[in-house]
Amino acid sequence: MSQSKKNLFSRELGGGQMWSKVIGRGKCLRMTDLEGGANVGMLLYNALEKTERYNMPDTLKGQKIFYLREPYCLHSDMGRILASIVEDGPGWHDTVCGTSLPSLVEEKYGKKDYQEAHNDWYRAGRELFLIELGKWGLGERDLVPNINWFSKIAPDEEGKLSYVPGHSTAGSSVTIRFELDSLVVLNTCQHPLDPNPRYEPKPVKLEVFEADPVTSYDPSRLVRPENERAFQNTEDYNLLRF
Amino acid sequence: MMSNLTESQLLPENAVYEHTIRAGDHWMRRIEKGQTFRILDLKGNQAADTLFYNAEDPDDRYSASDTIAAQGALYLTTGTRLMSTRGTELLKIVADTCGRHDTLGGACSRESNTMRYAHDKEHMHACRDSFLRGVQSWCHHMDKRDVTCNINFFMNVPVTPEGELDFADGISAPGRYVEMVASCPVIALISNCPQLNNPCNAYNPTPVQVLIWD
Repeated sequence: MSQSKKNLFSRELGGGQMWSKVIGRGKCLRMTDLEGGANVGMLLYNALEKTERYNMPDTLKGQKIFYLREPYCLHSDMGRILASIVEDGPGWHDTVCGTSLPSLVEEKYGKKDYQEAHNDWYRAGRELFLIELGKWGLGERDLVPNINWFSKIAPDEEGKLSYVPGHSTAGSSVTIRFELDSLVVLNTCQHPLDPNPRYEPKPVKLEVFEADPVTSYDPSRLVRPENERAFQNTEDYNLLRF
Repeated sequence: MMSNLTESQLLPENAVYEHTIRAGDHWMRRIEKGQTFRILDLKGNQAADTLFYNAEDPDDRYSASDTIAAQGALYLTTGTRLMSTRGTELLKIVADTCGRHDTLGGACSRESNTMRYAHDKEHMHACRDSFLRGVQSWCHHMDKRDVTCNINFFMNVPVTPEGELDFADGISAPGRYVEMVASCPVIALISNCPQLNNPCNAYNPTPVQVLIWD
């Protein structure tokens, strides 16, 4: 996707870190894998009604997909669309495997606490999600299956899953356009199925810019009739609200 | 495929609890640690949409993604450990005469039916409404925030190696069941799916039976 609009926001986020912001509808978030092998765990909520949240099953079955890619959408649990994928380098992003638990991190990588390692300590995706959620009045009850940007998890015929190493390369990026004002909560911890025995979460760059208006022939609308109906639901909601 | 069929030695007449959940109804009950819980597909190809909560603290509840990541597998069958968001093992599947159960597809809702089928389907009864009435009636603080991604017992939602996903014809049949042992005290919530929009149950939702043994 060509980008002529100037950046409203830009920052780098190191590996094993967390971030949350409200991003308004009509804006894009671009995430860039700076070194290759990044994983961005993301949760999304309607910023004004935080009980409305990203819904993995509706996203998958509504679009008959198992993994996320352009031009598919991120559906909420209320028949609406939170965001659409408008640019996509890696072409495969996981949304079924969740994020790392503290027990998993300790088992895989060992333990490094703050007193010993300061900001190089080992942290779990779940803990970072909970810290950010807590700042918006949310908590454990709001944890649902998240998106894992840049991570490819391949299924076989029997449903066994395997992590595909080297899927995302340095400089590859994915851009999502928000259709609802959204609370975006993310962490840059390693994918829970990443077989790398070392704790090596990778940095990403985050950029926000204005999106072009959504037309009736937008690829995200046209890719599935379900998406067209969900876009109409979303537009009705925004029309009544604003 | 479907090589994981395992039968149970437990006899229905020895169960301490038995109840038939009619299509479209919800059912919620505490199951004690060590008790065995069976869901029986009475007429075949009925989806039993099921949520579990840690009874000691319902904020800790069934997690589809933690269950998938813990097994490294998408489908549930004998041997699957049903995991919570905290990584607690809630139950373990010990018998299964169906062979495959879905945890990716979630539950139908009136809102998602407008997206999936048509805007004029909004009035039709749906599972997430049943889940809401279940949690609202549970004498606790529970509400919509506690309605998360559920298990669909007896549903077949195959994923291809290319990453396509579909709702296939059921692989269940009358009398098939799945049985699990509670690893800690749990609350089970079932919405016996009233779905009339897709062909999985031949547009004819039917009852399921639940049984509990000590």
